[in-house]
Amino acid sequence: MSLFSLSRFGAVLFKEFVQMRRDRLTFAMMIGIPIVQLLIFGFAINTDPRNLPTLVELNDPSPVARAVISGMDTSDYFAFQGFVFGPEAGDRALRDGSANFVVVIPADFERDILRGLAPEILVAADASDPTAVGSAVAALGGIVDRAIAQNLGGPLTKVAPGAPPFSVVVHKQFNPEGKTATNIVPGLLAIILAMTMVMITAVAIVREIERGTMEALIATPVRPTEVMLGKILPYVVVGYIQTLVFLVAAKLLFDVPFNGSRLAFFAGFNLYIVVNLALGFLISTLVRTQMQAMQASFFLILPIILLSGFMFPFAGMPGWAQTIGTAIPATHFLRLVRKVMLKGAEIADIAGDLRAMALIGSVIVLIALLRYRQTLD
Amino acid sequence: MTGPAISVKGLTKAFGGTVVVDAIDMDVPTGAIYGFLGPNGSGKTTTIRMMCGLLTPDGGEGRTLGHDIRTEARKIKENVGYMTQKFSLYADLTIRENLDFMARMYRLPKRRQVVDATLRELGLEGRGNQLAGTLSGGWKQRLALAAAMQHKPRLLLLDEPTAGVDPKARRDFWDEIRRLSKQGVTVLVSTHYMDEAVQCDYIAYIAYGKKLIDGPAREIPARVGLTTWRVDGADLIELEDALLADPRVEQVARFGAQLHVSSTDADGLDAVVAEWKGRNGSHHWVKKEAELEEAFIYLMATAADNFGLDGRAR
Repeated sequence: MSLFSLSRFGAVLFKEFVQMRRDRLTFAMMIGIPIVQLLIFGFAINTDPRNLPTLVELNDPSPVARAVISGMDTSDYFAFQGFVFGPEAGDRALRDGSANFVVVIPADFERDILRGLAPEILVAADASDPTAVGSAVAALGGIVDRAIAQNLGGPLTKVAPGAPPFSVVVHKQFNPEGKTATNIVPGLLAIILAMTMVMITAVAIVREIERGTMEALIATPVRPTEVMLGKILPYVVVGYIQTLVFLVAAKLLFDVPFNGSRLAFFAGFNLYIVVNLALGFLISTLVRTQMQAMQASFFLILPIILLSGFMFPFAGMPGWAQTIGTAIPATHFLRLVRKVMLKGAEIADIAGDLRAMALIGSVIVLIALLRYRQTLD
Repeated sequence: MTGPAISVKGLTKAFGGTVVVDAIDMDVPTGAIYGFLGPNGSGKTTTIRMMCGLLTPDGGEGRTLGHDIRTEARKIKENVGYMTQKFSLYADLTIRENLDFMARMYRLPKRRQVVDATLRELGLEGRGNQLAGTLSGGWKQRLALAAAMQHKPRLLLLDEPTAGVDPKARRDFWDEIRRLSKQGVTVLVSTHYMDEAVQCDYIAYIAYGKKLIDGPAREIPARVGLTTWRVDGADLIELEDALLADPRVEQVARFGAQLHVSSTDADGLDAVVAEWKGRNGSHHWVKKEAELEEAFIYLMATAADNFGLDGRAR
């Protein structure tokens, strides 16, 4: 008697493909949803918003004040919607959301500059969403300085500030234009693979138990490895298709570069798929129904999105949250993909990420195998 | 003939501290149709699963087709056809794909011919490409039986195969079981239909994990030891109530326009009948031999009492 029958394994594999093809909705979900998600999120998410609605309370209609306003307007960050009169009107606009910024130019602004009184421009920002106003606020100082400097010619030259004794040069590497898509799109691959691989594997296995077909199956001489490999391999293929579609779309639609080693990407991506399938398998041993498998998968999705560094900077989280994040396989794959695609990483650069994923994967597989023996009985 | 097809001793299984199967001994003679009876949740399915190596017993031992149920599950599986309680084929595969899949699980040679032959025998030749899920309940059961028989097992384990199937389909199904039995296949079938039990050569009755009785079907009534009188006439409903109130009467069962009045206390029951004959001449009393029907009703009632006494759930 052989330990592994290719014929039986092939039969399970074939059956799984036929079932996958007949279950149109799931099939559409596996192939269609990644594309839709990539399109929607790739184009929609922007952490560097421009054209934020801005109102002006202009108490000094001088040329310098107007120069400040037009400088802000041409910077793209601020879109001037009009004027307000009096502080109450400005507050109201911030509160009801009709403006993100209210710029208050004080009375006698230009005259006070000439007198060397260092008058203050007040920019009231709606910081209830720090990400939305953050980059505009950061850019504000430079914009105003430049606008004023250009207007301090002629009689005003004497109050123009001299050149600073040193300068800071910032070199934005790997994503010089600061395009959000360049950051989001590689991350999306990690999220989409985690979502589909974990959920679909868990559901596919639990479905067989829930419908009662697993009992008839294990009453035949089929071996557990033949069943498991036969059931899981089709979803590896799905993972490959998803990744291929994704890479093509990333290149053609979002112009995301692929600078690094293909081998490094391939190694990391295969390992990541295996880890996710093992996780789905583990879930299937913990739950009884397809509904529970779905719920369990959904519980995992939020931490994967929020703590992996996909949505928010990993370094910004407190230590305990980083610890949780480190235990999530997506965290490491996310870093790996960004390193390879954007930073041109080679195998040696991602060795740490591979090790981390392998370690997490081993723990998951170990628990899953221990659980599996019990559930057969 | 060789030894028994199945022989188990002291088979015990507990789930989470609840003993589901409690020290069951059973011998299924080769070639017999063996009826496995008992109320829902009595441990029939668990016992069958242990017999074919799907579950490891917590205690006891046994052999199925000469193979140890603990260590040789694989050999048992290759020679046993097992049909589960639920429809266990793939509803989203076609009839042909299901049969082909099962044939591949047993690595049958000349698979195509085997599957074609099965379809022909089922009378489903033209419908091989129909999805199995679209079949009626009776057809599903026949298909599942055919799938379990494709590798020509010597032993067939059927776990409540006719639950929820209409009477005509049930009759057809039993014709098929008898046909297989004639070919020398041993059949162990669990059921709670009495009209199916009477078709078996041997019977075991279990309740709450314990075997109450087993043996050749024709010996069961005598072993239960019931004395039965048949009575017909007017006002049977009132008579039934009156008889049940009498402590010497243990059981009154209605069969059409007759009552079957039974008790293990033969003298007591005869005395009751004599009193009624003297009191009311409109009833017609005949003493009859106790049959399986009465025996099973009696066993079930006893089991229900057990349930009430020790108050176990399930």
